[in-house]
Amino acid sequence: MSATQTLLSVTGLTKHYGAHLGCADVSFDLYPGEVVGIVGESGSGKTTLLNCLAGRLAPDEGRVQYTDRLGDSMDVHAMSESRRRFLMRTDWAFVHQNPRDGLRMAVSAGGNVGERLMAVGARHYGDIRSQAIDWLDKTEVDVGRVDDRPDTFSGGMQQRLQIARNLVTGPRLVFMDEPTGGLDVSVQARLLDLLRRLVAEMGLSAIIVTHDLAVARLLSHRLMVMRRGHVVEQGLTDQVLDDPQHAYTQLLVSSVLQP
Amino acid sequence: MTPESETDQQYNFAYLDEQTKRMIRRALLKAVAIPGYQVPFAGREMPMPYGWGTGGIQVTAAILRRDDTLKVIDQGADDTTNAVSIRKFFKRVAGIATTEKTREATIIQTRHRIPETPLEDGQIIVFQVPIPEPLRFLEPRETETRKMHALEEYGLMHVKLYEDIARHGHIATTYAYPVKVAGRYIMDPSPTPKFDNPKMNRTPALQLFGAGREKRIYAIPPYTEVVSLDFEDHPFEVQKWDRPCALCGATESFLDEVIMDDQGTRMFVCSDTDHCEKRRGEGHVGPAQEAAE
Repeated sequence: MSATQTLLSVTGLTKHYGAHLGCADVSFDLYPGEVVGIVGESGSGKTTLLNCLAGRLAPDEGRVQYTDRLGDSMDVHAMSESRRRFLMRTDWAFVHQNPRDGLRMAVSAGGNVGERLMAVGARHYGDIRSQAIDWLDKTEVDVGRVDDRPDTFSGGMQQRLQIARNLVTGPRLVFMDEPTGGLDVSVQARLLDLLRRLVAEMGLSAIIVTHDLAVARLLSHRLMVMRRGHVVEQGLTDQVLDDPQHAYTQLLVSSVLQP
Repeated sequence: MTPESETDQQYNFAYLDEQTKRMIRRALLKAVAIPGYQVPFAGREMPMPYGWGTGGIQVTAAILRRDDTLKVIDQGADDTTNAVSIRKFFKRVAGIATTEKTREATIIQTRHRIPETPLEDGQIIVFQVPIPEPLRFLEPRETETRKMHALEEYGLMHVKLYEDIARHGHIATTYAYPVKVAGRYIMDPSPTPKFDNPKMNRTPALQLFGAGREKRIYAIPPYTEVVSLDFEDHPFEVQKWDRPCALCGATESFLDEVIMDDQGTRMFVCSDTDHCEKRRGEGHVGPAQEAAE
């Protein structure tokens, strides 16, 4: 695989909810190791776009082309459901805004992390457990709580557990929907540090949806600004945030308090 | 066989009408063709409450012939309420012969046990199933569990076993222990103790499962491979007892613990009453019998 091959290639992605527009004519390329942020106000179509990209929602028009480890290119929405679900638990990961959507609350932390391993065929309890403990450690969750259920965890711990559960199979592409939403600022900062480190160490590619420009600034290399379903501006993160061209981006940047 | 005059002529043979029996037989044929797959069927109301074996009784009614000999067991015993009333029911509506001896039966309807006497070619065992979906308590959505079966995504089943080991140090599931049938479908063997799981593997008898409330039928054809799930470092094991049956001295059978008085005296006896009686008839004696003599 050459270094310049795209990981995800998106062309003309459009999704309508009846007469209502979800997102329209979105096109971009994602390269290996790259982190792209999608920002915009509530209802601008960020999550719709993310779900279409991750194959969780079928778009009305457009294509999402994914290139796997072997260099084979495949259409995410044309492949069989079993293939897509297999991709979902091996090469891809999806971090939900609310950890309750991404975790099994009635299963211990270790079981949560181990589920993806067992889903791809791990059948040795000792190995599964040691890998789960290793990942709890990496995501700064107290390893002594490996047998506790996530509903006894704090919000920040739940979110870190969700990240551990997603990264345990060594995915190449992570979709994140507001990963820091609903957390207080000090916990957010810690989570951002963790994400930044993991993305760099594992050479992950990521698509991060957020309405928090600070999160976008810290994590993403490139930024897409969405408004009413359309991408109004895209470019390098610093460029977009420091020299916004579109009126809406200017509004967005100027609405953030500068401490 | 009961004379024709003694059977209840108000009902069709074996209670259900012929169209219903044909519908159930079609579901059974499909179930046998796809071992371990849960086939939906239009379950009927039966003259007994759900949870008392409405699924098993419908399967039995659909396959019953006039020359069949029926045995019914409940927790291994032939003489408990559920077993006695179902046996009486079929005697009344079908006039067929009944037996308590495993070897003489052509059809065995069971709740929670497989007889200790190995089943033979030509015999059919019908299980009463309360909850047919093995993934139910891990994944509550029926749409999702069906998809998981269809796509063979069974990682979640091992999460349950993982949780057992994490919490108890060993696989603590003792009944409804999940099995993989013919290398494809994961199946709930109904609430039989895992002690009976090995008996399902490559048995010469046909095994049919009926869930009345959930309206599902599934089956294991004769000589089909049935593997209990486990981990490489925590292999599947069956229950063991540190004493023999108090009545017949059997060491290889599934034992029930029976409380004898309010002083804490207890006795362990075979749960399979037919097996225990047969052994005692052959002259085997257990510790309780020896003490009495």
